[in-house]
Formats: sequence, C-alpha cells, structure tokens
Amino acid sequence: MCLAMPARVVELLDNDMAVVAFDTVRKRISLALVEDVAIGDFVLVHVGYALHKVSVEEAERTLRMMAEAGVLEEELEEISA
Amino acid sequence: MKFVDEYRDQELARTVAAAIAAEADPDRNYHFMEFCGGHTHAIFRYGVQDLMPENVHFVHGPGCPVCVLPVSRLDDAVELAERHGVILCTYGDMMRVPGTKQRSLIRAKADGADVRMVYSTLDALKIARENPGRQVVFFAIGFETTTPPTAVALKAAEAEGLRNFSVFCNHVLTPSAISHILESPEVRDLGIVKIDGFLGPSHVSSVIGSQPYEFFAEEFQKPVVIAGFEPLDVMQSVLMLIRQVNDGRHEVENEYTRVVTEEGNVKAQALVSDVFELRKSFAWRGLGTVPYSALRIRDAYADFDAEKRFELSVKASREAKSCECPSILRGVKKPTDCKLFGTTCTPQSPIGSCMVSSEGACAAYWTYGRFRDQQPAKLEAAE
Repeated sequence: MCLAMPARVVELLDNDMAVVAFDTVRKRISLALVEDVAIGDFVLVHVGYALHKVSVEEAERTLRMMAEAGVLEEELEEISA
Repeated sequence: MKFVDEYRDQELARTVAAAIAAEADPDRNYHFMEFCGGHTHAIFRYGVQDLMPENVHFVHGPGCPVCVLPVSRLDDAVELAERHGVILCTYGDMMRVPGTKQRSLIRAKADGADVRMVYSTLDALKIARENPGRQVVFFAIGFETTTPPTAVALKAAEAEGLRNFSVFCNHVLTPSAISHILESPEVRDLGIVKIDGFLGPSHVSSVIGSQPYEFFAEEFQKPVVIAGFEPLDVMQSVLMLIRQVNDGRHEVENEYTRVVTEEGNVKAQALVSDVFELRKSFAWRGLGTVPYSALRIRDAYADFDAEKRFELSVKASREAKSCECPSILRGVKKPTDCKLFGTTCTPQSPIGSCMVSSEGACAAYWTYGRFRDQQPAKLEAAE
C-alpha cells in the first residue's frame, strides 16, 4: 500500500482526473493533489492519486528498481484489479 | 523504456561501499534506524547489509502503517462491518491482519459481512454513489502519503452531498513517532534501542517536506538523512549519516533531492489541514500512547466521521500472547528473537502485524533474511 509508482499522463479529464499509463495498463487517477500537469508528464501515483510530478529519469529508475525487486507485477495487478 | 545499464550501478555500489568502509571508524558502532518499510525491503532484497562493514547496523523501525495499528482499532472496523452492517472499504493490506481472537476482516467477510478491498478512496466513493441505500465506510490508515487522498475523498463527499459515505480515520504522523521512540517512558520496560541516526522516509517526505525533521534533529541531536528507495540511495544515505556522526553533526540532509523538497507538496498539506486536526493522543501498536501523533476529522466534516456516526463499543483488546511485535517495531528485538517467528507465525498464517504486511520487518526477514543471523557452520550442518 505504501508504494508509489510512476506513470505517464496520456489524457486529461474533467474534475481533476486523468488517464495514466502504467506499462500497458491504463487507469483513471486523480490530479487533485498536484498542479500544472500536462499530457506526457510523469507523475508518482499512490493509491489512485498523483502525489507529484517526476522526471523521466526518475520514473525510469523507479520502475527499473520495482521490476528488479519483483514488485512491479504485483502493483500492476493491484492497480488493474 | 530503456533502463540504465545494471553494471554501472554495481560499479557505483562498490564505490559507495568502499567509501563507507573507508570512512566508518572501526572503533565505534553505528546504529541507523530506517523508519520506512520500503527501506527495510530495499535493505533485505538487495543485501545492502552485506555491503556494510561489521560495525554498521540497521535497526528496523515502525514505518509500516498496518503494523502500528492497534488491535482495538481493527476490532472497531470489524464491528462496523458486522454489527452496523456497513459496506466497509479498505486497502488490501488490512484484510488479513488478525484482531482479538485472530478475527480479521477477511474472516468477517467470509462470515457474510460486506467488506470490500479498494485500491483508492476514489473506488470507495464510487461504491457509495452506487449504493445510496447503504452506509459506506472507508477504513482509512496510513502515514502522510495516504492522508491527502482521504482528505480529497472527504471534500468530494461533502461537495456532492454523499450522505451515506464516512471515514473511519486512523491516519498517523511520522515525525511524532520518531520523537516518541527516542523519549517515551516505555523504553524502560522494552529496553533502550541504540540509534545514532535515521534514514528518513522518502515518499512521506515528498508530501510533508524535509523541514518537519529539523526540529527533532536539533532537539534529540540525531542526524536524519531523507533517503530514496533504491539500494544505492540507501547506501549513499548511510555514508551521509556516517559523515555526520563522525563530525558530531546532527542535521537534516536530503539524499532524495530528485523528489523531496524542503517544503514538500504544499497543495496536499493545505487539503489535509483543511479536513483534519491533531488528535491529543493515539495508541500505536508497539509504541503505546503517543501524544499528537495522529489525525482526526475536523468538526466541519463531522457528518462524514464514522466515529461520530456509529456507536462503537469500547472493549479491551488483546495482542496475541508471546507476539514480540511491540519490541520489533521499536527496533529493540529482531524478528528472529520472537518465539513465534517462522513457527506458528508465517506470512501464510500471521499472528502479528509485522508478519502480515509485506512492509513489516518480520515479513522481510521471512522472505529474504531469516538465515542471515545463523552461523555458516549451522547452515552447513543443516544441509
């Protein structure tokens, strides 16, 4: 539950919502906690909310570490459930 | 997505390890507490301890919200689902935590209670909208990263007039817990844990910033380094802590500057303070009652407070006998010091909360480190 995962914003929706892509999984998340997010930005997503924007490099590092630690699949499963 | 070549990281890890070995004074011991369960996992998963000199020790702290929730609050959640017949929504980690008499939410669900696992408060709101004739309670737990999403949900419920939605609030605050570990009277009973510095939490700090740790670094004269989750982050942070200890400094330093700023996420902080206020005291599993260490819902949102909407019977709850979670959460004992560890208490059938959550120290030991403390001779003999 404590993990946060980077995802790329692919669509902006009404009411501070957005669609993000985690690998091949797409998910509606809330942007209520961040400001000035544009399509293509990476955000760190925690329990369905973007906590802050992250750089592409940071997103890559984090995803690589999660994949190595074997938690990426687990998280994707939880997200797509 | 292209990832950085792993070899480069291994080289870098060797460089940092060499710097740590060179700078750690062989005449002293260094005990560093990692507060966050994410760090505990990184340390075990990547064998960070093996890259440290023998006099650098990791002490595993209470940084898992599932592990620190007292049994009585879990019993309350079970009661909400069973006696009050609500739809109880909660994060997956909470489902298997055993309460009094080993009663968990998953058992309540098996017996017919309407308990639903959600990924987000957004899902809980959706369930409330779709079930206008039922009361929907979100069982909220977590540190500063999970609190802003609960605040947003409460504001949304109010804005929409979603009268069948409420929150059972169990959000807790990291800095007060760290302070408490250093100063509480209970240390006399449980034993004193030697701590020379802290690896500060990363995502919690991305919300609250590094600033809240400054007061306490000054007050308790302990260095804090806000550390990222990668093994290299942890190693770099250890090096920064060793340097502070060697210099006699006690400052807040930020290793995780790519995500954490001094002031944190101001928008999230404003939402949290609009909806929540400090509780005078809150009981933490393992730490006892900690003053001003948790949040409750402000009176302005009282209509959405499950503690006010439902009458919960106050009952004495009991921790499992012989379970050493309280000492383990304080870093006083190791999981392998517990009689139940690996015998009656396993991730498949957990007795204590440190074994339930994958971020708990016992679960990390079980998965990655349970043979670490055994002597090589013993391992050979076992083969």
